[in-house]
Amino acid sequence: MLQDKDRIYTNLYGFESFSLKDAQKRGDWDKTGSFVKKGADWIINEMKASGLRGRGGAGFPTGLKWSFMPKDSGKPHYLVINADESEPGTCKDRDILRHEPHKLIEGALLAGYAMGAHAAYIYVRGEFYNEASSLMIAVKEAYEAGLLGKNAAKSGWDFDVYVHRGAGAYICGEETALIESLEGKKGQPRNKPPFPAMAGLYSCPTTVNNVETIASVPTILRRGGAWFAGLGSDEKNTGTKLFCISGHVENPCNVEEEMGIPLKTLIETHCGGVKGGWDNLLAIIPGGSSTPLLPKDVCDDIKMDFDSLRGAGSGLGTAGVIVMDKSTDIVYAIARLSMFYMHESCGQCTPCREGSGWLWRMMMRMVDGNATLEEIDQLWDVTKEIEGQTICALGDAAAWPVQGLIRHFRPELEARIMHYRKQAACAA
Amino acid sequence: MRKPFDLEADYQPKDFAFTPKYKKKTAEIIANYPKGRQQSAVMGLLDLAQRQVGDEGAKADKPYGGWIPKAAMDHIAEVLSMPPMKVYEVATFYSMYNLAPVGKYLVQICGTSPCWLCGAAKIKKVCEDHLGIKLLETTEDGLFTLMEVECLGACVNAPMVQINDDYYEDLNEEIMIKMLDQLKAGKKITVGSQTGRKTSMAASGPTSLMEEAKKAKVI
Repeated sequence: MLQDKDRIYTNLYGFESFSLKDAQKRGDWDKTGSFVKKGADWIINEMKASGLRGRGGAGFPTGLKWSFMPKDSGKPHYLVINADESEPGTCKDRDILRHEPHKLIEGALLAGYAMGAHAAYIYVRGEFYNEASSLMIAVKEAYEAGLLGKNAAKSGWDFDVYVHRGAGAYICGEETALIESLEGKKGQPRNKPPFPAMAGLYSCPTTVNNVETIASVPTILRRGGAWFAGLGSDEKNTGTKLFCISGHVENPCNVEEEMGIPLKTLIETHCGGVKGGWDNLLAIIPGGSSTPLLPKDVCDDIKMDFDSLRGAGSGLGTAGVIVMDKSTDIVYAIARLSMFYMHESCGQCTPCREGSGWLWRMMMRMVDGNATLEEIDQLWDVTKEIEGQTICALGDAAAWPVQGLIRHFRPELEARIMHYRKQAACAA
Repeated sequence: MRKPFDLEADYQPKDFAFTPKYKKKTAEIIANYPKGRQQSAVMGLLDLAQRQVGDEGAKADKPYGGWIPKAAMDHIAEVLSMPPMKVYEVATFYSMYNLAPVGKYLVQICGTSPCWLCGAAKIKKVCEDHLGIKLLETTEDGLFTLMEVECLGACVNAPMVQINDDYYEDLNEEIMIKMLDQLKAGKKITVGSQTGRKTSMAASGPTSLMEEAKKAKVI
């Protein structure tokens, strides 16, 4: 359990304004320039020591990612911040954008300097109009106070931050699709390699990081990588994490907690428990819609961190926890996610473009039970024809929820098919 | 889900140009990108075109909401020195660009699983019944268009809808009806949670940041 003294996001709920004045009272922008003067290697080493793993879903070590940026490419370097938050179940970056934008802007300067970038683009999902507006006001405040621009925060480093609004496309959360979109094109992912660190935005070295990752940087540097590494379950799952708990709990909310907090503790401490009590739990989706669901018996003692959840056949993803109680039509809940992925497929790769539609249509028949038992295996096969067969991970993300359903709720699918056939036989 | 559109339809105006107010904003957006990379501004300019049309629509005898005529896309292509087809590609790819006229209030109901678990289907039904239209239709008076959209990223405040730029959260059927009636009567409605809840904090009160909550007199 995280104590209040170890929280990074002290204005998570917007008790105070997001303005520079209030942010500075909370400790933001304190000694920022002096961290830059310690050098890029010092910053990257502190980040490596902190054990921070990317908060956007993939969980790649942040310090290591920054060290992939070339030292003397002769081209401009870019930091791109992914604020295209749209993974179903996830609404944490929204709170940073609207209540803690100065943590993000300060983090952008520190991260940008560490990777040799003089400019950062923050790509905010289009629907977050008010959040982007708050962020733009905060950027303006930072410029007026000399914290951005020439000799930003008296660091000796010139740094600019630009806000770019998206226009409604989940796929732009994928880093190369986001870069395409920033260049003014359709958001369709690029083949890798080349990786963005070699050729990203405008073919220049680029690192794409999630909002929560970057906004955590100033506090980590102020309190030291060792402080952050001292929180969490083990050396590979460190620090604090914003969790979003939605669905069938008494009090859905966002909360910052320690990495590795047991799921049951998370829900009972912060959300007033599952509706109807813990025994009324059917399943949870632990890390946003792309992560396979976990049935109640796994939920009883699972820890919420990258490796524990991977070990259980799922993942921490964005830590968007979707709770489903026993009243849930679990087949429809997953079918609705299949519809989501069908809608959001960018159409570039055939297995995803066609397969996501197949999944949705087959899943809708599974909802009614209007299928044969063999079709459950066929549905599994379709997911395997998509998974790993596409340029980006959206195909995998479409496949995994369905796989999770078949893995844990096959008897439910079979029962619906048998029931439907019995009804049909009686009608005949 | 998007409204069907037709680039040859009668509703397409012949010409489009940015007004001085919006022209100034286009310059600000273009200045955000390096020289020669002005294509990056295409999304921002499409958004501005939609807003300019929406401003005109709000004042019209029969009101309408923001949308992007073909003439605006062609104008943007010229401003940014892009082939028009590249602008069409972008405009048709992203779901927030309306390429056909919509109502003054574009009611977008989030229907993805976290909202669905909390009653989004009921919100959708009550909107359809109360306004007397189905999804993708517009009311006779030009005030409302209904759409179902994918996850809007406010899952802990489910169910929720977006109307034009603003989010309305923690809904139920009665609240939804009241909101629609107020908009129809030309009244303003509070943005955000409709139950008076503090943003994404637990409705029962904070479980963390206790000192901060006391200072802010939340508890």
